[in-house]
Amino acid sequence: MPSTLFQKVWDAHSVRRLPTGQTQLFIGLHLIHEVTSPQAFDMLRARGDRVAFPERTIGTVDHIVPTKNQRRPFIDLKAEEMLSSLERNCREYGVQLLDLQSGQQGIVHVIGPELGLTQPGMTIACGDSHTSTHGAFGAIAFGIGTSQVRDVLASQCLAIEPLKVRRIEVRGRPGAGVYAKDVILTIIRRLGVNGGVGYAYEYGGETIDRMSMDERMTICNMSIEGGARVGYVNPDQKTYDYLQARRFAPHGDAFERAVRWWSSLASDPDAAYDDRVVIDAAEIKPTVTWGINPGESVSVDEAIPADADSEALAFMGVARGQRVSGTPIDVAFIGSCTNGRLSDLREAARLVRGHHVASHVKALVVPGSQSVRAAAEREGLDRVFTDAGFEWRGAGCSMCLAMNDDRLEGTQVCASSSNRNFKGRQGSPTGRTLLMSPAMVAAAAIAGEIVDVRQFSATEAVVGR
Amino acid sequence: MAVERIQRVSGTALPVRGDNIDTDRIIPARFLRSVSFEGLETHLFEDDCREAAARESNSHPAANPIFAPATVMIVNRNFGCGSSREHAPQAIRRRGIRAIVGESYSEIFFGNATALGMPCVSAAPDVVSALLDLAETMPSTEFVVDLQSMTVTAGDSTRPIALPAPARDAFLTGTWDATGLLLSDFDEVYAVAERLPYISGW
Repeated sequence: MPSTLFQKVWDAHSVRRLPTGQTQLFIGLHLIHEVTSPQAFDMLRARGDRVAFPERTIGTVDHIVPTKNQRRPFIDLKAEEMLSSLERNCREYGVQLLDLQSGQQGIVHVIGPELGLTQPGMTIACGDSHTSTHGAFGAIAFGIGTSQVRDVLASQCLAIEPLKVRRIEVRGRPGAGVYAKDVILTIIRRLGVNGGVGYAYEYGGETIDRMSMDERMTICNMSIEGGARVGYVNPDQKTYDYLQARRFAPHGDAFERAVRWWSSLASDPDAAYDDRVVIDAAEIKPTVTWGINPGESVSVDEAIPADADSEALAFMGVARGQRVSGTPIDVAFIGSCTNGRLSDLREAARLVRGHHVASHVKALVVPGSQSVRAAAEREGLDRVFTDAGFEWRGAGCSMCLAMNDDRLEGTQVCASSSNRNFKGRQGSPTGRTLLMSPAMVAAAAIAGEIVDVRQFSATEAVVGR
Repeated sequence: MAVERIQRVSGTALPVRGDNIDTDRIIPARFLRSVSFEGLETHLFEDDCREAAARESNSHPAANPIFAPATVMIVNRNFGCGSSREHAPQAIRRRGIRAIVGESYSEIFFGNATALGMPCVSAAPDVVSALLDLAETMPSTEFVVDLQSMTVTAGDSTRPIALPAPARDAFLTGTWDATGLLLSDFDEVYAVAERLPYISGW
């Protein structure tokens, strides 16, 4: 019977049906970090359990790492305690930790793929909602809470219910200045922030097919912002090319055998879906959020809608009918598991080159991983950014959720390439976040206000002449 | 693990209005800077409380001592969306809440709360609206969430609630803490692992 990748991967990992009716699902890769794992290890200790498959869990540190001074012990004693605890737990239970000295530390959803840990056909779990990112490779990947982190450590399994599958087909080609971020923000706006509850999102269609792996990760990353715990793209040649020669990917003949298995997992052409949605890429424009959830967005040249939520308007200090372009910003943040990869930094640098950050704007670039940072430096991107007045930082989650010392103050407005514009998300209870593509953040940093990146590029061409 | 069957939760209610209340609002990230869940309850809805206090017209219910003894929380739609942090249901539970009644929940929040033995039951929007009104106007009203009869009773009215069968079953049989279940019959786990080419070797 024809079936979806979701169904094939689910079936391959199903251990049994539990008495509750849930499925006991085997987890092929478990990623842990310092925020949601320490309590799980304590629960494990209290139960006297061991880690069932220590080689299938890998740890890194991302949420709390300072991005300026990373010398140990950290100046921030709470951050130091959290990392020390992770180090102790990994040592005690035989779990590999990619720490700050490894050269491979970074945001868990950036390093999984770049190390080849993330592979098609895997089930992947992590105590972080943006685990959906890994679905870009044709894995079934989802966020879990700490009690479930304990379950995976103890049993390498989860008690979980299957999801329905919604095929989201993005057809045609987006125009210039439209990025993966705009595509996913448009999908979330269209289907709603809870439209995906109960579903896995399968992204396909010409637009998705043509995307790089980095772009597909941006799309899958924000599935959870649309309520879908899982988002994925069927694996194809781009997926295999990306994985070739990565540290944890199979090598040589094994790689060929792996590709054969991976290819067999893609959804069959005549697979049945629980729902289908078609989106025309030509209608997608550079998109910016104006409100307090990622579904509250408009095109950069569009007015805030008449039915906009009053609470969101009041918090953001904006009004119905107002346009987001021209909104002055105080901070520009380029980074996060959504848009902190090399291609994001390259595109931002392309726009920034030859310009300078507006005098009233604090702008920072936080690479998603140490590898991204090193690769960017080899290309001289760090110089492009610092010459333009950006701060060039160490790898981590940073101002996406402000668990380190990078945070907004007061009612500052931040143009951010991250994933959440929730109240208080960037560290100030009254701070305001506008989500957009890294290119739009770069343009806003230079202009000092939200501008249409399509016009920004045009301006640059004129200046260049 | 001791089996704790959860069939019924009763007590007064904490009404928390609003759709899409995310886990950053339930417990802001700066309070996650700890290796334990202890004390999280003191920061429950902290920024929302502060924002409400600044508006002076009405305080946030979580900051109102009238609602301090509540064991049931009433919420609207898509409660607990966003970050997967279990710190959110932990903070709610440590505050004394033992069941939540709402229109709908984010999946990850629902799963986390279930793993803590805190049922998140759904009710129709008009039911939730009536419950919120009642809790706000008569805070001493006793609420009873009954997973056996699948009803919520408040004042003199009893209305239907919904809960997916696996979660209901887990509460009624005391198997909501899944670890024990997952560790039984472990041979099958090894068998599945052995069949996966990325584990057994390409």
